[in-house]
Amino acid sequence: MISTRRRLIEDRLLQSMGILLLLLALIALAALVVDVVRDGVPRLSWAFITGFPSRFAESAGIWHALVGSVFVIGLTAAIALPLGVGAAVYLEEYSEGGRLSRLIEINISNLAGVPSIIYGLLGLGLFVRWMGLGSSVLAGALTLSLLVLPVVILSTREALRAVPKSLREGSYALGATKWQTVWTQVLPSALAGILTGLILALSRAIGETAPLITLGALTYVAFTPDSIWSPFTVLPIQIFNWVSRPQAAFAENAAAGIVVLLVLLVAMNAVAIVLRDRFQRDRIA
Amino acid sequence: MTTPSGTPAGPAVTRPKVEHRAVDTPVTKVKIETERLNFYYGEKKALDDISLTIRANLVTAFIGPSGCGKSTFLRTLNRMNDIIPGTRVEGRVCIDERDIYAAGTDVVALRQRVGMVFQKSNPFPKSIFDNVAYGLRINGLVSSKGELTDRVEESLKAAAIWDEVKDRLKESANALSGGQQQRLCIARALAIRPEVVLMDEPASALDPIATQRIEELIYQLKRDYTIVIVTHNMQQAARVSDETAFFWLGKLVEFGATETIFTNPSESLTEDYVTGRFG
Repeated sequence: MISTRRRLIEDRLLQSMGILLLLLALIALAALVVDVVRDGVPRLSWAFITGFPSRFAESAGIWHALVGSVFVIGLTAAIALPLGVGAAVYLEEYSEGGRLSRLIEINISNLAGVPSIIYGLLGLGLFVRWMGLGSSVLAGALTLSLLVLPVVILSTREALRAVPKSLREGSYALGATKWQTVWTQVLPSALAGILTGLILALSRAIGETAPLITLGALTYVAFTPDSIWSPFTVLPIQIFNWVSRPQAAFAENAAAGIVVLLVLLVAMNAVAIVLRDRFQRDRIA
Repeated sequence: MTTPSGTPAGPAVTRPKVEHRAVDTPVTKVKIETERLNFYYGEKKALDDISLTIRANLVTAFIGPSGCGKSTFLRTLNRMNDIIPGTRVEGRVCIDERDIYAAGTDVVALRQRVGMVFQKSNPFPKSIFDNVAYGLRINGLVSSKGELTDRVEESLKAAAIWDEVKDRLKESANALSGGQQQRLCIARALAIRPEVVLMDEPASALDPIATQRIEELIYQLKRDYTIVIVTHNMQQAARVSDETAFFWLGKLVEFGATETIFTNPSESLTEDYVTGRFG
């Protein structure tokens, strides 16, 4: 038998190691953020946020890319949510677990690991060329939807699975149909989990550059997209563009752009947390 | 089967405070009849050749050790097992002489007629009012707001919980105590006016006082409903039921008037179980 003392020491050791590793990760992240903020914040101003691109670093702004990012991500959410939730509801609630649905499941898991540039190529071939959508906001959003769809489906299934069986049985026992049970009991209970998954997936998509460049999103636009057919650019592309310039002033712009992107990301994650808490409180209280 | 009223033939069990109407159960019409019912979870046979008759406006209790099939059998009566993948039924279950497993049976309509209360109270995470209103709304059973309110009140009264919740109908059902939640679930089941109410160990998670309230409620409800109750608690079966079925390893060992099962069973296995020699 292992002595109690030894087990206690092992326990402590493991705990300290865990904390150490966590700190390492946090320090790396903090260093990165501090560096970017130090470079970028002095450049931040209202004029920068509401300005348009320019050949001159001092007068260049980021408004077009910010609007482009929000527009594309909003549209992505609108496309990916119904598709992803629908697919997950089918797989989790309706499918009988036959060979076809197993095949679909394996494919979805695999799709979640496909490099994003492949989605870009798919989007270029399918949406831009074949469907003739051009390098528009719609083509970008459709491509990003494909990118986040596997994650949305997986996290939605996870949320649906977490809904207790007793809730479904209670509903069925009152003569509810499957659809009534799913719509009135299961989905509301899973909503917090679904939205959290969606927002986390979207916050990955908002940082994506490769697939949108592949699609032909512009690196220089002097206007904000005003419809789903407009050409557009997004924050990461604009940042990428600035970083690749030789002048130091553009590097500052890039840092400021990163700060804007980070703020957007933090805001999205905050929304996810608030939503989750609110729905959880409603369900439990 | 007939012994003089009020003088139990054997000493084994304490009788309920509420006197039984008579030792031999009143003759009412047959409500549910199963014929050679077999049930499988995948390859495993969970019910073996069950034939039994449940009569209207009586309380019929299923007793037996864990895993004997009593809950499974209960759940075949409203086809609740349908939602478990890989299950299979053979034989017939007739309610009012119609086979509920016949092709073309409307399962949704069946479950409206045969309500169910579960072992662990499972109120929906909604208000008390909405819990009871749920069945009425999804089935479109009421045509106006006033009618809905009336039916909810009527159901809560029938489940003997109205006085405790009438001032807090908008509060979440999760705020109720365990016993109150279970009575709310009974109210919810009664709201859609079923003919049969199935109860799967409705009091097993409750304290003695809450249990007693549920038992009194069951006794009142049998005037209007046919009640089938699964219970682990033999005293409870003796107190509330008119007829008792004893299950063992997926088989129906003995079925008869509760009085007889508890005091003068014909099978020695039944006697061993009700006297607590095993189980």
